[in-house]
Amino acid sequence: MSNKYDTVIGLEVHVQLKTDSKMFCSCKNKYGAEPNTLVCPVCMGYPGAMPVPNRKAIEKTIIAGMMCSCKIPNFSKFDRKSYFYPDMAKNYQISQYDLPFCEHGKMHIYGNGFSGNKLDEKDIGITRIHLEEDAAKSTHFSNYSGIDYNKGGIPLMEIVSEPDITTADEAYAYLTALKQVIQYGNIGDCDMEKGQLRCDVNISLKPCGRKEFGTKIELKNLNSFRAVHRAIDYEIIRQAEILDEGGSMNQETRGWNDDKGITYLMRTKESAHDYRYFPEPDLLPVIFADEDISELRKNVPELPEAKKARFVEAHALTHFDAQVLTSEKTIADFFDAGVVLTKTPKLLANWIISELLRELSDANIGIADSKITPKSLAEMIELINKKIISGKIAKTVFSEMFKTGKAPADIVKEKGLVQVTDESVIEEFVDKAIAENPSQVEEYKGGKKAVLQYFVGQVMKLSRGKANPQAVIKLIKEKLD
Amino acid sequence: MKNNLNKMTLCDVSDLLISGEITSSELCSLYLSRTKKMEPKIQAFLKVDEDEILRQASASDKRRGEGKPLSRFDGIPISLKDVINAKGEQCTCGSKILETYNSVYDATVTERLRNKGLVLFGRNNMDEFAMGSSCENSAYFSTKNPWDISRVPGGSSGGSAAAVSAGEVPASLGSDTGGSVRQPAAFCGVVGLKPTYGRVSRYGLVAYASSLDQIGPITRDVKDSAVLLDIISGCDPKDSTTLPDSKISFEEIVNASGDDLSGLRIGLPKEYFEVDGLDKDIKFSVDKTIEKLKSLGAKMVDVSLPHTKYAIAAYYVIATAEASANLARFDGVRYGKRTEGYNDLNELYSRSRGEGFGEEVKRRILLGTFVLSSGYYDAYYLKAQKVRTLVKNDFDEAFKKCDIIFSPVTPTPAFEIGGITDPVQMYLADIYTISVNLAGNCAISVPADILKESNLPVGVQFLGPAFGEDKILKVAKVFEENRDIKEFIPEVKYV
Repeated sequence: MSNKYDTVIGLEVHVQLKTDSKMFCSCKNKYGAEPNTLVCPVCMGYPGAMPVPNRKAIEKTIIAGMMCSCKIPNFSKFDRKSYFYPDMAKNYQISQYDLPFCEHGKMHIYGNGFSGNKLDEKDIGITRIHLEEDAAKSTHFSNYSGIDYNKGGIPLMEIVSEPDITTADEAYAYLTALKQVIQYGNIGDCDMEKGQLRCDVNISLKPCGRKEFGTKIELKNLNSFRAVHRAIDYEIIRQAEILDEGGSMNQETRGWNDDKGITYLMRTKESAHDYRYFPEPDLLPVIFADEDISELRKNVPELPEAKKARFVEAHALTHFDAQVLTSEKTIADFFDAGVVLTKTPKLLANWIISELLRELSDANIGIADSKITPKSLAEMIELINKKIISGKIAKTVFSEMFKTGKAPADIVKEKGLVQVTDESVIEEFVDKAIAENPSQVEEYKGGKKAVLQYFVGQVMKLSRGKANPQAVIKLIKEKLD
Repeated sequence: MKNNLNKMTLCDVSDLLISGEITSSELCSLYLSRTKKMEPKIQAFLKVDEDEILRQASASDKRRGEGKPLSRFDGIPISLKDVINAKGEQCTCGSKILETYNSVYDATVTERLRNKGLVLFGRNNMDEFAMGSSCENSAYFSTKNPWDISRVPGGSSGGSAAAVSAGEVPASLGSDTGGSVRQPAAFCGVVGLKPTYGRVSRYGLVAYASSLDQIGPITRDVKDSAVLLDIISGCDPKDSTTLPDSKISFEEIVNASGDDLSGLRIGLPKEYFEVDGLDKDIKFSVDKTIEKLKSLGAKMVDVSLPHTKYAIAAYYVIATAEASANLARFDGVRYGKRTEGYNDLNELYSRSRGEGFGEEVKRRILLGTFVLSSGYYDAYYLKAQKVRTLVKNDFDEAFKKCDIIFSPVTPTPAFEIGGITDPVQMYLADIYTISVNLAGNCAISVPADILKESNLPVGVQFLGPAFGEDKILKVAKVFEENRDIKEFIPEVKYV
């Protein structure tokens, strides 16, 4: 693409909060129920019904803000945002206008981007995080529309970034980091397919070095982080071409067509709403004393970056291992729970990364639902460390644990998988292997030392994998050297 | 006793029920026949469901028969302004747009009345969505003043006040956003209380202006007002603007009020007596009341509420702004009136609302939408909120010098139906009531006099600080006991 232009990108991310009930009523906050079964006079906007704020949702928003290094004001309030559409039962949304719960935060991004290129390490500013109620779900049929108010009133957090993002890779990294933080804080599940995380992009181009921003284009209908990445790349080229030809942009909202890989015009600025915000008179301002804020801060979990640093330092893991283990909080929690039960953290990390995560991924289940527990995996590793089983046998034990959830010691016992360390027993296998393979003996003696591995293999086969590998090597060498 | 129905208070009726002189079924039948007699002329009710009333009454009689009444007031009929939800009943808000709507839940006040066993006796007429001061803005019909059926009962709770005044029901609940309980009470010669904002839950009250609305009792006397306030007030988890429960029983305050106002400082705001258009007969009655209060030992103190002249303007900006959002939900999508033959969503909206709302409601929605619009917000809404703060500060200052404030309720007595056609003239008549809502304070309107020539009642108002219901109820009670005219019963020559 042309590098005559600087790209300026800001993201607006909506996240449904993981709470028991909705934002302003006691209806269940649940995905996938029969349409209009999780509703009441409040979330249906019936005459006279009044909102009552969900304290948990407010606290989760503030904790999310703290995890993004936001300032938490002592005073905030809700406002009404007016617009007529059937997905908003009251024809106004209770949102926050000028005094949101969180302001002036940031998100650190680094590492490799989605495209594979290395990112410049930087902070993306977070302007604000505010809390509002989600709209209902509209479905349009051929000659009528249906509205499911189950989704109406679910607590929805909006995270607005500063226009600090300059590439699709940075946008992708920011979203990934944000999602990680939200999941870490148990704030939301962020399943985009369920609409639990939604992202709008504001993007404009300006000639390199110019101060004033170009005309802002808003991108919507972005259903995955990958779509965000593609749409930004597409839009950078589209806008650059217009500017190259001396054209200019109108402020507009464009949708993303994922199949065609293009953006298309949805509406222009002329049809923009005047939302007529004013303070919500049915709700009191929300006041948090400094002590309340400190109290909430105690609930802020260890951030992914801090956790990663701790794994490297306290457990001598590589940066790569620590990165993988902290990619999701549930994985990190698994490691944390197991590591106190073993003397070899590195071995535990290896087993989680190269075996457990692969198996879970193949079986399409989350680590939280794994039949292998941190305790049982640590026990298995201790069996290896105590030379009760070999690494090879461990794989068999692991498979069985994965399938049945049985304790490793029980599996070893049931299947007779205890490693043979008794040298007199192993010697029998070694003698047999030597007797059966005279030509390989010749080769070895002729100087081809690599044949040693062949004999190890033969012995392991004869012992059905149970012979202690170190003892096997020692004995073969004794016999042949 | 049958002849005294038009005089009986809630507490009188309670005594009869407790003593067993009458059953709830008999009592409700008496009120039903009185209603049948009065309604063709008064039209205080939008709906009286005889079967449902008798069903509730018979359930109450059963409870009393078993010795398990829910309260002293079990079985007493009370009516509701048609803006307060009662499950299964209509709640039109005096509007065509809710003609077909039936409440799917009980308002908190309704639930509290039911919990004490009261019988819900019909739905009172009102100005559409509580917007008006005469009941002429009802989409259905105008209610008439029982003292003179050529005159308005006031509004917006005109149906409630007329029903109590005409003896169709011993008490009613109305709502007061800028005087809508106190003004019709004054016009109809009954007692109307506007509690402190947050004293009574608004859950289930169809909102006009949420930061100003309060539900209040309309009763024959001050004691009933206190009794009903005890029942309906208190913290409600469904309304986060409610205050903690009162630690005192207002009924006990009233019972212990005594006969002496010695030591009480009553503030007279000079701006209130300089109002253009304060009727000289009203002024005369008010002055007479001041003399009476003095004779009871009260000390009059001059106070000033300097921002009074801005209060009406500020009110009509704030109230309409809130109303424009509150009434947005009436769109024909989920309930209520939906137009026919629309082609798209915008037509569904504009025609359902165009056909469903009356003129005054549309005027206020337009006004409210305008004052919140981008570019006008600071000049109107924000400025009005600042005025509101100044009005509240005026009261706070005044209450440093006095315990309560005394004032007229209205500049004139009840006016002729159709007598005021300019909406702004109508708005200006709210001068004595509106500031109380802006400040969030409490006030009570009590009948004080009957005009010689017109034979119309005159009300006076006792204004208290926030949480000051105990003070105003006590003074109102002492005044009521000692006023020259003992009974305010309209002479009924028209039926």
